[in-house]
Amino acid sequence: MSEMERLLRSALVPVDPPGTLVDRLEARLTEQLDAAAEELADWELRSMRNPRNWVRPVAASVALGLAGGALVVVRTRQQQKRRSATGVKAIQKSVNEVAGDVRRRLNR
Amino acid sequence: MATTADKVELDREFSELYRAHLRDVYSYSYYRIGNHHDAEDLTEQTFLQAYRHFERAQRESNGRPLRPWLIRIAHNLAANYHRDRSRRPQTQLEDASVLSEPHATAELVEQREELGHVLAGVADLPDDRREALIMRFALGMDNREIARTLGRSEGATKVLIHRAIKQLERSLEEDDDE
Repeated sequence: MSEMERLLRSALVPVDPPGTLVDRLEARLTEQLDAAAEELADWELRSMRNPRNWVRPVAASVALGLAGGALVVVRTRQQQKRRSATGVKAIQKSVNEVAGDVRRRLNR
Repeated sequence: MATTADKVELDREFSELYRAHLRDVYSYSYYRIGNHHDAEDLTEQTFLQAYRHFERAQRESNGRPLRPWLIRIAHNLAANYHRDRSRRPQTQLEDASVLSEPHATAELVEQREELGHVLAGVADLPDDRREALIMRFALGMDNREIARTLGRSEGATKVLIHRAIKQLERSLEEDDDE
């Protein structure tokens, strides 16, 4: 670091904001945050009163219903698969039993 | 439109930004303007404007730090301040305690005078050089952050700071010769 950089570091020290500014600024920012929050809450309430804005919640519930319905269909298909898998196994078992019986008879 | 939950999260993040950078914005404003009263106003306006555009800035930042964006707001407001009043920043800072703690010894008085000359030299630099030095030394910003704030490349910023320091050295040498 050069001598000039050292001097600049000593001269341009960070300056703490006065306490009065901190209080005033925080009060103003809190006002802004509250105003924005109220505006948003009002908007949400107004939007629920207006049937035109029901599209989103209705669409959401339809999507939820479809998702639930799809889940039911998937479960039913899985059960059917399990059942058909059991049926195939039963047929295979009886074929094996018949084949074994035939082999035993031929060996006699 | 954002939901209330989104808003609460956004406000929480803005509060963090405010707490983390209040001193940076105030320091920048103070060194740009030269007095506490107007530096307070500038700091207040910076954060109020930042709050209004915070959501968009956050969306467009792609996770990069927001300090350069915040200082850029202060930079634009300070430029408006100087344009409106058509005056250069004051060369003498009103609060000498910024330079160092008051001490009685001759050596420290001399050192304080030397730092006063450095500050006066900084105030006389062209705007872009002065701002780059304030960002580097008062705010501790690196070349990348300064480049983003000033809308320049990192290489150009490095050159800008180097030239600012050289110009300041020459200026102080000339003062010593007189």
